[in-house]
Amino acid sequence: MSKKTKIRIIFILGVLSWLLYSFSDLYFIFLKKHRMTETFVDLLPQVFLTMFILSTLFYYRYLITKAESINFMELLWRVFLTGLGTTVVSLLLRLIFNLFSQTGFIKNPVTVNFFYHLYVGLVIVYVISTFVVWKRLILYQKTKNLIQLWNFFEYALYLALIFDFMGHKLQSLMFNVALVFLSTFSVVLSFNLKWIAYLNFRQKWKSILFILLSGIYLYHFFLNLTTYSSTGLLTNDLLDHVFVGAILLFIFIYALIAVLVTLFNLPTSSVFEQKLKEAVDFQKLSQSVPAGQSEMETYEILIDSSMSAVFADAAWIEVAQSDGNKLITRNIDAAEVALLKETSPNENIHRIINLRFTAGLNQQKNFSSLSKGTFRSIFALPILVKNEQIASLVLLQEVSDAFNREMVNIITTFVNQASITLENARLLDDAIENERYKEQLKIAKTVQKSLLPQQLSNNASFDIMAFSMAADEVGGDYYDMIDHGQGRHGLIIGDVSGKGTSAAFNMAQMKGIFHSLSQPGIEPAEFMIKANDALSRCLEKSSFITASYFEIDTTEKLVRYVRAGHCPAIIYQEKNQVILDFQTKGMGLGIVRNSEYEKYVHSNAFHYSPGDIFLLYTDGITEATNPDNQQFGDERLKTALLKYTCLQPEKIKEGIISELYAFLAGKKLEDDYTIVILKFN
Amino acid sequence: MVEITSNTENNIMEIVIKGEVDASSSIHLDNALESAFKASDKILVNLHKLDYISSAGLGVFIAHLQEMKEKGVKMALFGMTEKVRQVFAILGLEELLTITSTKEESLALINEA
Repeated sequence: MSKKTKIRIIFILGVLSWLLYSFSDLYFIFLKKHRMTETFVDLLPQVFLTMFILSTLFYYRYLITKAESINFMELLWRVFLTGLGTTVVSLLLRLIFNLFSQTGFIKNPVTVNFFYHLYVGLVIVYVISTFVVWKRLILYQKTKNLIQLWNFFEYALYLALIFDFMGHKLQSLMFNVALVFLSTFSVVLSFNLKWIAYLNFRQKWKSILFILLSGIYLYHFFLNLTTYSSTGLLTNDLLDHVFVGAILLFIFIYALIAVLVTLFNLPTSSVFEQKLKEAVDFQKLSQSVPAGQSEMETYEILIDSSMSAVFADAAWIEVAQSDGNKLITRNIDAAEVALLKETSPNENIHRIINLRFTAGLNQQKNFSSLSKGTFRSIFALPILVKNEQIASLVLLQEVSDAFNREMVNIITTFVNQASITLENARLLDDAIENERYKEQLKIAKTVQKSLLPQQLSNNASFDIMAFSMAADEVGGDYYDMIDHGQGRHGLIIGDVSGKGTSAAFNMAQMKGIFHSLSQPGIEPAEFMIKANDALSRCLEKSSFITASYFEIDTTEKLVRYVRAGHCPAIIYQEKNQVILDFQTKGMGLGIVRNSEYEKYVHSNAFHYSPGDIFLLYTDGITEATNPDNQQFGDERLKTALLKYTCLQPEKIKEGIISELYAFLAGKKLEDDYTIVILKFN
Repeated sequence: MVEITSNTENNIMEIVIKGEVDASSSIHLDNALESAFKASDKILVNLHKLDYISSAGLGVFIAHLQEMKEKGVKMALFGMTEKVRQVFAILGLEELLTITSTKEESLALINEA
């Protein structure tokens, strides 16, 4: 059975029992009048009245839902409306009754009792509905003990219904004992008024009004009941029911205590509201970031919550930013802020509001009085992230000595929460940035690796090997070789400035340029001029590429080359067992982006003999630093090479690399490095 | 990390660069040069205390070359350590930038003509 059907059935049952109650009672009067008595008829009106009371009770128990902080006023409003409705109807009844009072009609017991039945219906509806509302309010935030107590009270009331069958009259001993017993319970239960604390100031006034009105209805009903009672014509007086008496008293007692408690709670309600607002603000502060708001919004929430928490007249927040500090103000202009920053009352406040607070400093003297100006009290707090001040919060009051320890504690809590929120936001940003950067690096590394030749072809004239190692931060080292035929080879080594994807793409461009320009017969100088021309058009302003281009002629045993800003090549001469150092001029590619570049291109050449070694490298090797911050340098590189000159390129490389790592003594390489070793046969 | 300070004397701005200029700190050098060009057309760059400069740092000087030429800004660098000077030299920047050993030489060069 659904709740709706239950409510309907109970409603019909209630109406039916009332009709039966009225009918049987009137029938009883009729029998009495004709001096006919049947004992079982005596009890019938009482049975139907009890049924009516119970159905009304269950009807309202189903109808009136559990009390929650949002519907207190709704519940009280319902009591008020039910009371109003029943009172208006009862007044109408009274009017009709009075109209007929002139006639003898009024003396007729049947008429009086019939009106009384209608009246009883109204009283029961009002009293029972109010009883259920009171129950809901009492059981708001219930405890186990409270539920037990209430259940006991309610069962006692059911017992009272049975007790009433015994027909004890009002003021009789048994009646009074039962009534006092139930009233004591009412008083004890009536002190459960937790709901009042959750009302705001306005709601409290409203509830006082509603409860007072419900008291007036109650009084009105009680008055009418006694009037009817005094006619002496009633066959079944409601006031002779302990149940009715107890419930009336209970409603009255709870209403009285509720009004008094609400009244006494009025002055403190603003404090409660204030605390509640602080809690809500606090939550806002901690949630401002997940909601996708920016740092500035966190500061906005902070300044507004802080101001309302300490009743500040004006406030500002200054946020340190690399592109100039940002100022958020409330009721104060920038000029006044600047003035106050100049004339701080003490050193501590001065440091805080000028964003020079350092962790560990005394946070005690952060509120003070001001001797002149509109504002007479100042309170400043630094907003710290990782012990570094990122902003200052300053609160101002127009009266002196306006701030106290208590306020300092609240604002400190707010500021700490804001700091955590801001720090979390920054960490999140960093993490995302880091992730993106790592992703970029991964792409860049893949690109870079795929751009380098898998293997350089050896031939009868020379053995060659190249080795490139990418560090964490991708640079853009590049080397490549092309066989021009007829014993000629084009060889390049280069280093693209910058890091990450842009370096990798610039390197890809360099590869394209090398493969299109390095054709048989091209002069190294011409190659560089054309390469510079091409790169000038595609490199971003601050990027450049260093490169060396070699044209190796194995028939003439001649190497012609141009150095464009790249580390000078090292040549080992087998004949004299010395290292030759060619300190030649040459400018990087993409630095001078017009025809003037030609002026800076210098062609060079040297002859080689079998056994000579040609070592090309990038600055990742020479600029590698050890824990003492010393660079490996070209002198160490040359010394290392001299040790291994009798070996094949592969072994020479291994030797040099092990020398390098020994020098680094465990320190990580920051740049990638490349070496190309060529040994002539 | 890099520490950059500047002061102006007789319409000549001197920028002092201390520490290391690498990819991450080159932005500070860029900002310093940018604001120097706005403030003065005669600039001295004191590199006595510059320990290291990466390709990104050199890129900053290169990026401003064209602008300096267009605006007629005269800039001279002095006081480089041998190591730093080597970096400038290898890239060929000695031919493009005015680089001297002492402040006096630099001053004389930017004041002439």
